[in-house]
Amino acid sequence: MMPFTYRRAETVEDALALARVPGAKIIAGGTTLLDLMKEQVETPTQLIDLNHVPGIADVTLEGRDLRIGALVRNSDLAADAEVVRGWPLIAQALLAGASPQLRNMATVGGNLLQRTRCPYFRNVAFACNKRTPGAGCSALTGHHRGHAVLGTSDACIATHPSDMAVAMIAYDGDVRVIGAGGHRDIPLASFHLAPGATPDRETVLQPGELIVSVRIAASPIGSRASYLKVRDRASYEFALASAGVVLVIENDRITHARIGLGGVATVPWRAHAAEAALISKPATRAVFESAAQIAFAEARPRTDNAYKLELGRRTLVRALEHAREAV
Amino acid sequence: MLTLSINRRARQLAVDARTTLLDALREHLGLPGTKKGCDHGQCGACTVHIDGRRVLSCLTLAVMAEGAEVTTIEGLGDPDHLHPMQAAFIKHDALQCGYCTPGQIMSACALLVEQPHPSLPQIREGMAGNLCRCGAYRGISAAIAEVAK
Repeated sequence: MMPFTYRRAETVEDALALARVPGAKIIAGGTTLLDLMKEQVETPTQLIDLNHVPGIADVTLEGRDLRIGALVRNSDLAADAEVVRGWPLIAQALLAGASPQLRNMATVGGNLLQRTRCPYFRNVAFACNKRTPGAGCSALTGHHRGHAVLGTSDACIATHPSDMAVAMIAYDGDVRVIGAGGHRDIPLASFHLAPGATPDRETVLQPGELIVSVRIAASPIGSRASYLKVRDRASYEFALASAGVVLVIENDRITHARIGLGGVATVPWRAHAAEAALISKPATRAVFESAAQIAFAEARPRTDNAYKLELGRRTLVRALEHAREAV
Repeated sequence: MLTLSINRRARQLAVDARTTLLDALREHLGLPGTKKGCDHGQCGACTVHIDGRRVLSCLTLAVMAEGAEVTTIEGLGDPDHLHPMQAAFIKHDALQCGYCTPGQIMSACALLVEQPHPSLPQIREGMAGNLCRCGAYRGISAAIAEVAK
C-alpha cells in the first residue's frame, strides 16, 4: 500500500469536510478498497473512516418503503425481518454473494460502489481504460470469459460484480447522497453509468458526495420474487450470469414484471424490453423464453464470452419459473 | 500510539496506518495463531472475531479496530483448556497441514452463534469463506456438527 493518513469521521458533516481533501477516500467495510490498495490500483492519500458515524446504520420502514442506511452490513440486511418478509430478493441476492466474513464487513453503500473484478483492472501491469483513461483495454484481446455482453463499449467490457444491486433494481428505489449543497435522491436504475467512452466514471456520484441511505419502494401486493445466480462454484464466487425477478400474476396473467440481470452487464442491468414482453401474457415457459430472447437481443458477445447469451437466457427463464412457483 | 483490545487485554503498539490487523497481530503483538493465506480476503485463514462477529483481519486496518474487542484463536482456548470446537477438530481429524485451521475454528464458532443448529448443507455453505487446500472438509463439517448437537 502507498502511504496515507487515517482520520475517523464523527459525523456526516465531518466526513464531507474531510472528503473534500484531494486524494481522500471514504472507507467503510474496506473489503474492496483495502484489497485494491494492496494492488496499488487505489492509492488514496487520506482514508476517512465512516464506521463511527451515527445515524446511517439502521434499517427502518418509511411508510411502506424501506430505508437502508449506507453503513448497514450485508449480513444484517440479509437477516432483517422486514427485508426477508417484504423484499426477499434482496436477502436472497446478498446471501448468494461473498462469504459470511465479508458480508459481516461489507456495507450497503460500499456494495453499490464496489469495483469490477476484471483481472486487467486489478493488475497495474495491464492496460485499463477504467484505471487510466485512454490507456486501452487488455480484456478486449485478452481472456474475457467472465466479461460483459450487455452495456459494453469498445473502451470497456468489465462486469459490475454486485448481486445486491441487481436485486435492488428489480424494486423501485433511489440512492440518497449528501454533498456540500445538501442531499439529492438518485433513482437506483440511473445510479450506475455504462462505460461508453469514459469507463472511469462508474456512477453519477460527484466528487465530495457521500451515500447516506437507499430507499426501496414497497414491493407490489402479491409479488413473487426469485434470485438465481449461476457461477463456476456452488458458493463464494461471482456470477457468470444472474437474474433477479419480481412478478405479479393475476387471473393467470402477468400484471407486473421486473427483471434485473447480473454477471452479464457493465452495470446492474434492468431488462426493460423483456419486462414489457411479459405484461398481460400468461406465465408460461414459452412466454418466459421469448422475453429472455428480447433481454439479450442487443448483447455484443466476444470470442470467449458468447456462451453468456445462452447461459443468461436460461438463467432468466429459470428465475422466472422459480418466481412463478414462489409464494 | 494505538491501543487495541485483543483477547480481553489492552495492547499498545506504534504502527503505520497501512498495517492490517493481521500484520499487527502476527508481527507486532506476538500472536501468530491467526494465519496469512492470500492476504486478499479470499481464503479465510485470517478470520478473527471483532465484537463477536467473524471478519477478515487481512482486510481490516489495525487502526480501524481501535475501540473494538478482537478475539483470536489464542483467546479461544489453550492446550490445557481446549475450546470444544478445538477438541472436536482434533477428534474428527479436521486438518492435515493445519494452516487454515485457526481461521476454520474462528469461523465455525461464529457460525454456531449465527445458526445454533445448522444442517450439514448449512454448515458447508456457512463455512464457504474458509478454504482448505488439504481438503479436510469432511472432518471440518463433522466437527462442527458435533459441537452444534
